[in-house]
Amino acid sequence: MKRVMGLVCLLVFASASEAASTLKAGTFDPPRSAPDFTLQGSDGRELKMSTYRGKVVLLSFGFTSCADVCPTTLGTLAQTRRNLGANAANVQVVYITVDPERDVAERMKAYLHGFDPSFVGGTGTAQQLAAVRNDYGISAEKKVFPDGGYLYAHSSFTYLIDRAGRIRALMPYGHSPDDYVHDLTILLKE
Amino acid sequence: MRARTTALLVLAACGVAALAWLGFTPIESASHDRIFDIPKGTWARRMSGDKVEILPDHIRLTLGLRDVLVLRNHDTVPQIFGPTLMMPGQSFRLPFERAAEYQFACTAHASGQMTIVVEPNPATPWARILWRAREWHNSHP
Repeated sequence: MKRVMGLVCLLVFASASEAASTLKAGTFDPPRSAPDFTLQGSDGRELKMSTYRGKVVLLSFGFTSCADVCPTTLGTLAQTRRNLGANAANVQVVYITVDPERDVAERMKAYLHGFDPSFVGGTGTAQQLAAVRNDYGISAEKKVFPDGGYLYAHSSFTYLIDRAGRIRALMPYGHSPDDYVHDLTILLKE
Repeated sequence: MRARTTALLVLAACGVAALAWLGFTPIESASHDRIFDIPKGTWARRMSGDKVEILPDHIRLTLGLRDVLVLRNHDTVPQIFGPTLMMPGQSFRLPFERAAEYQFACTAHASGQMTIVVEPNPATPWARILWRAREWHNSHP
């Protein structure tokens, strides 16, 4: 039995390594488990990363008042899902705010709905969100303007988390929907 | 006088031949990886007040030759390395397919940014000479 389990582990590892070498995103070796968290979901339910085991998750961080990076990323991810066709049902976009002051669940829901109604946002207390950012190595720095307005300079990449809940890759900002479709097609086949 | 002139001519001919070789010989690269390692004990050194700079804030890559950034954490604790959080023993491999300037948020640098410049494949003799000179400089810091 131990030999069989060992063989299975070896095959899973080999298939992950093979896929990793062909992805357009940056890949982690070995991949680690995506840290779980519990936040308030924009759909009114509890948002946990572990809920999406069995799907490939695209995890991104930002804020709804973001003028450039976030709309571009979310637009790209929405186009990616459209290009995936039927496979889109196995891909979940999760967008976690770095701006808990303004990004309440209702606001996130309305914002994300404009891109793709299936997108789920996550919000919570400043402490909860800071803990999630820490677990995922996300930077977010608040920049306050003289008039009291503010924005966040934040990490702009998107994590690709496989069906088994492992952080497999990191897609830097600026990649096309075609690049996402390429990588997702590989990860969905596993 | 004549011997000196001959020697200078030979020297000049050798220089021209070397430049021609550097400029016209196609560049082949055994590995596309530009590797940066966090050595074991880095965290401990930082904790003791040692300023440890492993990753430059500007990295130059070249399409088709050296176009994969590889980061490896050999330390015993997780580290923010470049754009990402890396676990002990983990490596991160980021390929580039387009020549451009890429900005990453990076808390390890004072500027908070890391810039990766991906240059096109050196197609002209002069570009090949410059590329070889830079590679030589990088391998003999």
